[in-house]
Amino acid sequence: MSDDATRPTLTLGTVLFNWPADRLRDFYARIADEAPVERVCVGEAVCSKRLPFYDEVLPDIVERLKASGKTVILSSLMLPTLPRERAMIDGLVATDGVLVEGNDISTFSKLAGKPHAIGPFINVYNEGTLAFLEKQGAVHVALPPEMPLTAMAALAPHAKTATLEAWAFGRAPLAISARCYHARIHGVSKDSCQFVCNQDLDGLPVDTLEGRPFLAVNGVQTLSDAYVNLIGDLRGLCARGIGSFRLSPHTCDMVAVAQAFRDVLDGACDPAEGERRIAALLPQARFANGFVHGKPGHQRIAVAAE
Amino acid sequence: MTAATLASPAPAANTPAPRPWTKKLELVCPAGTPAAMRAAIEAGADSVYCGFADETNARNFPGLNFSPTEMADAIAYAHKRNVKVLVAVNTFPRAGSPGSWHKAIDTIAAAGGDAAIVADIGLLDYACEKHPKLRLHLSVQAAAASADSIRYYVERFGVKRVVLPRVLTVAEIAALNKEIPCETEVFVFGGLCVMAEGRCSLSSYATGCSPNMNGVCSPPSHVAYHQEGGAFSSRLGEFLINKVPAGVPMPYPTLCKGRFTANGETSHIFEDPASLDASLLIPPLAEAGVTALKIEGRQRSRSYTDAVVRALRAAVDAHARGKPIDSRALMSLSEGATTTRGAYQKTWR
Repeated sequence: MSDDATRPTLTLGTVLFNWPADRLRDFYARIADEAPVERVCVGEAVCSKRLPFYDEVLPDIVERLKASGKTVILSSLMLPTLPRERAMIDGLVATDGVLVEGNDISTFSKLAGKPHAIGPFINVYNEGTLAFLEKQGAVHVALPPEMPLTAMAALAPHAKTATLEAWAFGRAPLAISARCYHARIHGVSKDSCQFVCNQDLDGLPVDTLEGRPFLAVNGVQTLSDAYVNLIGDLRGLCARGIGSFRLSPHTCDMVAVAQAFRDVLDGACDPAEGERRIAALLPQARFANGFVHGKPGHQRIAVAAE
Repeated sequence: MTAATLASPAPAANTPAPRPWTKKLELVCPAGTPAAMRAAIEAGADSVYCGFADETNARNFPGLNFSPTEMADAIAYAHKRNVKVLVAVNTFPRAGSPGSWHKAIDTIAAAGGDAAIVADIGLLDYACEKHPKLRLHLSVQAAAASADSIRYYVERFGVKRVVLPRVLTVAEIAALNKEIPCETEVFVFGGLCVMAEGRCSLSSYATGCSPNMNGVCSPPSHVAYHQEGGAFSSRLGEFLINKVPAGVPMPYPTLCKGRFTANGETSHIFEDPASLDASLLIPPLAEAGVTALKIEGRQRSRSYTDAVVRALRAAVDAHARGKPIDSRALMSLSEGATTTRGAYQKTWR
């Protein structure tokens, strides 16, 4: 079920990479003014050490987005373990006029009983889990990026109150660790990491020994090299009950990405044209949609016209 | 602090409080097959863990695991020898067809299994509703790494023990045990996941086979070895995972233990092909309030199981008697003969 029961919506995921405060402020200002997305996620999901560099600008970002009519979602940390990391959720749930997105089960005791969102880093694979989370107050559930279309189709009829969302654009988040790979690759310790992850605004490329692009490292997170792009799959996903699509921010023109997805969802642009528009925005990128087709995630599967 | 010690009455003034680190640790041993289970019991397991031969458990490999009948027989066999059987149903049920996962839980309850090891919220909900007497352990696949997560599972589903993800230091485990009302079980030996388990789809990305959905990681069916000139290479799906000079041992191409290039340097970017050996950390782990030590390796041979369980039995017994631990017996059993203490030491990060 989508927000007005028929029109599929777009969610801009939170920025997963270590972007400087100025860049974040400018990025979200433009999103607020120009991007045709219904929801915008804000906040640090990957590494709590990055937050002090931009937490001062967050309240302004949130206000700016709210003023533009966007639903603001505050994203929680994926792997909180330190006391100060665990306390971060308290700040999120104390914020007025936003929806909080839990990205770790440690947030559940704070989220249960009020409307909230479930982020793509919580494992919602089946109707038993979905029903439990809906009873707890989940109104928006981002499904795991590896979930195939067949499973989404089987799950969607069970959604009573929650909108189901698919990971539709951007490098796929594949793993999270206690170990910081950026620090390891740069030969520094995690505790004195010198914030080396700020050098790679879309992630640090990891290639195989024969030079084939494979993965991308983002601090403690590992993502795919390929950019997930489901613009050609949108109609099939909508037909099977997916009500929202997540666009994960990269340094490319995200307003143009959102516009392309919006146009395809609205029928103002056919999927093939949508593919061409996305490809033109990222001439160097490789695209993939294997996960939704139940294939290896790195593969790109041609979608037959429906 | 464990549930048992929390529940104990305060000691009388003239009785010295028991030193928590003298409490004997429970040794939880892998049982990939009925034969391996008998070997583990013979070698001194306090508990064994195993799974059904389907997608319901995270070691869904050909030739491994138990049919429902074998499971019932195994439970009876173990119980006669005063050994507990913990059954892993620790993948995430498939949307639209949760039947085999529900049946697995029902079978454990009917056969008198000592606990079900579960990761999925929906399945925990099913188990505690349908079988309120069945003891539930939280699988490492649930990646419950903080006291808040663990307390949630305890309060909502009555979880009695949590298998801790391999991302915590010993100091963090000690702090955690003071905050949670359940037992903790930690990995002491065997393969090492560097990623938070249950939250990793690297294998899925390269091969289409998912730990969460299919119970497999970097599966042998997608591995290929090649010899070209003087070099030996291993692939997982289409991706080159490692290349070594011919004659040098080639580790199994688990994705996160491969050699890759980043920032102009080639290295084991995620983890070296080493295995976990925390046997020398048994005293601090006991002191940290851990209840049980888990040995990884349901996919390993019967003889490996026998040797590892014997060595760790000796280590746990030595610790209980206040004797030093001899880790030499374990050295030869490690993958690539190199070991790490993993995340238990902060420098690992």
